[in-house]
Amino acid sequence: MKKSVLLGAMTVAGLAAGVASAATVDDIKARGALNCGVTTGLVGFAAPNAEGVWEGFDVGVCRAVAAAVLGDPMAVEFVPTTGKTRFTALASGEIDMLARNTTWTFSRDVDLKFTFLGVNYYDGQGFMVPKELGVSSATELDGATVCIQTGTTTELNLADFFRSNGISYNPLPIETNAEAQQQYLAGACDVYTTDASGLAATRATFEDPSAHVVLPEIVSKEPLGPLVRHGDDAWGDIVRWTLNALITAEELGVSSENIGELSAAAGNNPEVNRLLGTEGNLGEMLGLDANWAVNAISAGGNYGELFEDNIGESTAIGLARGLNAQWKDGGLIYSPPFR
Amino acid sequence: MSTLSDPPRESFQLSMLLSDTRYRGYTFQFIALIILVASVAYLMSNLFANLAAAGLNISYEFLGDPSGYDVNQTLIPYTSQSTHLTAAWVGILNTLLVAFMACLTATILGVIAGVLRLSKNWLVSKLMSVYVEAFRNVPVLIWILIINTLVVLLPSPRAYRGAEPEAEMLFGMFALTNRGVYMPAPVWGSGSLVVVFTFLASLVAIFMFRGWATKQLYDKGQDINKLWPTLVLFFVPTILIYFIMGSPIGIEYPELKGFNFQGGLEVQRPLIALWLALSIYTGAFIAENVRAGIQAISKGQTEAAASLGLRPNRIMNLVVLPQALRVIIPPLISQFLNITKNSSLAIAVGYADITATLGGITLNQTGRAIECVLLLMLFYLIISLGISAIMNVYNASVALKER
Repeated sequence: MKKSVLLGAMTVAGLAAGVASAATVDDIKARGALNCGVTTGLVGFAAPNAEGVWEGFDVGVCRAVAAAVLGDPMAVEFVPTTGKTRFTALASGEIDMLARNTTWTFSRDVDLKFTFLGVNYYDGQGFMVPKELGVSSATELDGATVCIQTGTTTELNLADFFRSNGISYNPLPIETNAEAQQQYLAGACDVYTTDASGLAATRATFEDPSAHVVLPEIVSKEPLGPLVRHGDDAWGDIVRWTLNALITAEELGVSSENIGELSAAAGNNPEVNRLLGTEGNLGEMLGLDANWAVNAISAGGNYGELFEDNIGESTAIGLARGLNAQWKDGGLIYSPPFR
Repeated sequence: MSTLSDPPRESFQLSMLLSDTRYRGYTFQFIALIILVASVAYLMSNLFANLAAAGLNISYEFLGDPSGYDVNQTLIPYTSQSTHLTAAWVGILNTLLVAFMACLTATILGVIAGVLRLSKNWLVSKLMSVYVEAFRNVPVLIWILIINTLVVLLPSPRAYRGAEPEAEMLFGMFALTNRGVYMPAPVWGSGSLVVVFTFLASLVAIFMFRGWATKQLYDKGQDINKLWPTLVLFFVPTILIYFIMGSPIGIEYPELKGFNFQGGLEVQRPLIALWLALSIYTGAFIAENVRAGIQAISKGQTEAAASLGLRPNRIMNLVVLPQALRVIIPPLISQFLNITKNSSLAIAVGYADITATLGGITLNQTGRAIECVLLLMLFYLIISLGISAIMNVYNASVALKER
């Protein structure tokens, strides 16, 4: 009797599992909102503003995807995740996609079974120290106490960097950026290390940013980008090509300002036409409306606009484009063609 | 002649499973068991089906891979090249260390506060009430964060630098900083082993002397003063041998070198914050246990002891507390378990306990959530059962002996 119950239960479970892995995009449409995992708060990348509305560079990607799928950039449920909780949240289906300055690494892609859909920010790990310490290079940090966000690649890069330089340090693991900031300012650690963009964003929120320096060493490659879990390639394609649409839009000079005009009727540039759905049926191939890319680009502008509005040189964070310039301008940002 | 017929045999019918009170209980228990087994089977198969759908499997091979991260407090040799298993051991030892220290201090604090709460001195008893109520009724995580914040307010090592430093070392030996407390550490030279052995031998001698003195008291009624011989035995032989061996044990003082103090013994801030918070918090609970234990001893005992001419201190130590222990020990066990389990909040202050290493960094870097969490559960289960077993043995030794 027990055996048959067990078999019965397993059949039911098998059916349930089958239902659970239905297309993500259908779930999102049924729900009417995209569940997007972001940081718990890193100004410029993802943080709620004074009105409680999430803003930032990573948030922009979430909004673009929501606009492409649902036609409404505000139909996003933001789920704040820490370095520790983000992968569990994605793997368990709590979030549909993760846009949380997450480094694309081999083991995350292959072993943790996630699909990285491109790079929206080329970063590297740096160090920040108070100016009064008089440190000018990371190799002078022998014996220092270092604040690190736990559960990130930073932890591993840090161990590698200090080991290869034959110097010692004392790690102080911390859960969130906000806590790390507080400990660092109180002098509980000499150095704060995270991605250079994160350091710039954190420093911008200090009372006196000029009292702190970011050391010149960049000790790792940190390609940051959005990711989804394995198993639903159609959904992965949607996120990948939404990001590519933003990048291509900048390359082709399509911005949130001229998009109304360009998408009204087919123009002379066939690639713009294909991107904006005035020619061809790219949207249909993705299972979306013809104007999916128009919606995505209108949400927060093209890649360049998102960058300038959130983390660019005109903002408090003041990051230069550097590696993140378009390939035509000597950067690494490059989208496969829309064809 | 009469024939005795057998009492009518009831034939068992299926409906009796429900209608007969003799069987009904079993029926319901059996149904409940089936439901339980079915739901566990459902959950497990759901897990495996979803794992298979995601292309994942359960494997503990990652424990043998190099961990790749550093840990701030290691009681055993550990580098970033050590395995994840070693990292787990580092975490386990750190958990045990903080749990042991906190159990000890919490018990001392709790006993003092519990006894003082019953004091006739109004101010003292009210102060203890405030302590107990304030700490019992605020979550321990908040106390950990508060105490951590207080420790962070100490001067940073930078303040000790320069010709006219803002902060100075206590007696030139102790440095209280927001990264930890630095204190002198012994340096073991050759021949220091002899000194250590002498010290251990004198401890044994003290123990034997006190046993002998107690026996004299019980057998012959001679009250021998134990204090002075104990002090003499404690200090004199060790100090004599120390000088005879030519002072083999030196002292190393902490010194500010580079970014931090180097040398000497370092107790890091995460440990201090967690240890203090757990001790003070749990101490408040233990104080209540102690108070309940004392109040459970009937007033007649105290009065009888007083009528024999015992002083209040001795009444407490010789009559009330030994009996109160029987009431105090069982809830004390659960407080010790609470300390051990609450120490898993360590990551809030950056302390590298088992939850932070195995359940935190290892879990995150390898993505083996189910495996790591299972191991964590197993560890806490073993530790808790172990503490219970030890304390139950102790409880049996103080429990009322019925003859």
